[in-house]
Amino acid sequence: MTTLHVLFFSTHHALWAEEVLRTAGMTARVVAVPRRYSSDCGYCVRVVEAPEPAIAAALAAAGVEYDRIVRDTDGVSS
Amino acid sequence: MAPSSRSAGSERAGARREVVYLDNAATSWPKPPGVVAAMVHYLEAVGANPGRSGHHRSAEAGRIVLAARRAVAALCGVQSPMRVLLGPNATWALNQAIAGLLQDGDHVVTTSFEHNSVLRPLTALAGAGTITLTVVPGSADGRVDPDAVAAAITARTALVVVNHASNVCGAVQPVAEIGHRCRERAVPLLVDAAQSAGAVPLDLTRQGIALCAVAGHKGLLGPTGTGALVLADDFEPDRLRPLLLGGTGSRSDSLEQPAVLPDRFESGTLNVAGLAGLAASVEWLLGEGGGPEAIGRREAGLRAEFVALAEATVPGFQLVGPRGGDLTGVVSFRVAGQSVSDLAQRLDDEHGVLGRSGLHCAPAAHRALGTFPAGTLRFAFGAFNTGEQVEAAVAALAAIGERRPSP
Repeated sequence: MTTLHVLFFSTHHALWAEEVLRTAGMTARVVAVPRRYSSDCGYCVRVVEAPEPAIAAALAAAGVEYDRIVRDTDGVSS
Repeated sequence: MAPSSRSAGSERAGARREVVYLDNAATSWPKPPGVVAAMVHYLEAVGANPGRSGHHRSAEAGRIVLAARRAVAALCGVQSPMRVLLGPNATWALNQAIAGLLQDGDHVVTTSFEHNSVLRPLTALAGAGTITLTVVPGSADGRVDPDAVAAAITARTALVVVNHASNVCGAVQPVAEIGHRCRERAVPLLVDAAQSAGAVPLDLTRQGIALCAVAGHKGLLGPTGTGALVLADDFEPDRLRPLLLGGTGSRSDSLEQPAVLPDRFESGTLNVAGLAGLAASVEWLLGEGGGPEAIGRREAGLRAEFVALAEATVPGFQLVGPRGGDLTGVVSFRVAGQSVSDLAQRLDDEHGVLGRSGLHCAPAAHRALGTFPAGTLRFAFGAFNTGEQVEAAVAALAAIGERRPSP
């Protein structure tokens, strides 16, 4: 199972992103940022089994500002 | 649908006296169904600080704030909910816009129908020599000429500030016409929508409005302590300096204020209980309530009904301000031979009819209408008032006139 984390500059954008991604049919949930990732805010959005381009496209279409998307397995910024 | 089984706007008060509440321009009452429940839900079942902690209750509080932000964005025709900057009231929003935008040497155009929440900050800046100010006079029927506003714009004009709907006489200004003239001159238009939001349609882009200040507790039917400054989708937020700096729940490692919206303008904990109520009230307004246009039409209809009935049955009744044109549910009047303050007191004491007398924090508007310094008595019909209440208010005015002591 592929898990991605979307990191944000603002908690408000994280919560908005959760709503946008769920509306797009993805399994998304706001969680506290895992300690292994640095982030500008305390929330990130965990997305399960969704392709990264689809996540990026949905967020861009809504105008959600985010920092980056990282894979949970290796923590490498993509 | 009214939120209580009794006639809307009426209640058995603590003194067990029924009231006819006609002071909706000060704050609306009653509130739509679901507002109190939403506030209680937050306080009893959520309780956490939005965006300040990673736990699920904090996220739930954040979702409540997002719902309020999204509802206000929808009401104003703004795409991004992040352009709704939440604060305690419209006065905060106006001050944030005015003090945040203006710089030394700027020129500002405004009108004589502004509330003190616009004229006081502008007068203070002008008095300090920071800005120069042109106040475009309105007419005795409460209108501002868009061409007069446009003619006042100079090469140094950095902002035009216009009251959308008068809190004194109910006149609705042609903001789209003013907005288009401002856009032609590349000058941002700040609209004070404290009295119009919820009762007059807003679409910031279409109307040429760059910044819009709204109160949450008036026409939006939410609780007091809520308001917003809404930025149009094409307004560049970097032009605006935040009034308050501090904790935002984001970029905690930095001593600099975050640049991202809305964090840049929302330091400190928000009024989440109030915003829970605001989300519920605006969702009701845009849904079951029928939308601003329908609500506004109904309120203006009650105003017209009141004026017609009062002129026919209340000796000495004098309407102040416009009779027709674009109007809200706000009406100002006097009754010959009676002081407005005494009349308001007797309406309350003897009939439970609640209005507001005086200058309504808008002395310049009263000067334009020719009612300064005595002021007027104001009734403001709201979303839940009824025709029966209009008749009760007129009957009360007539009864007081009949019982008036001989001079």
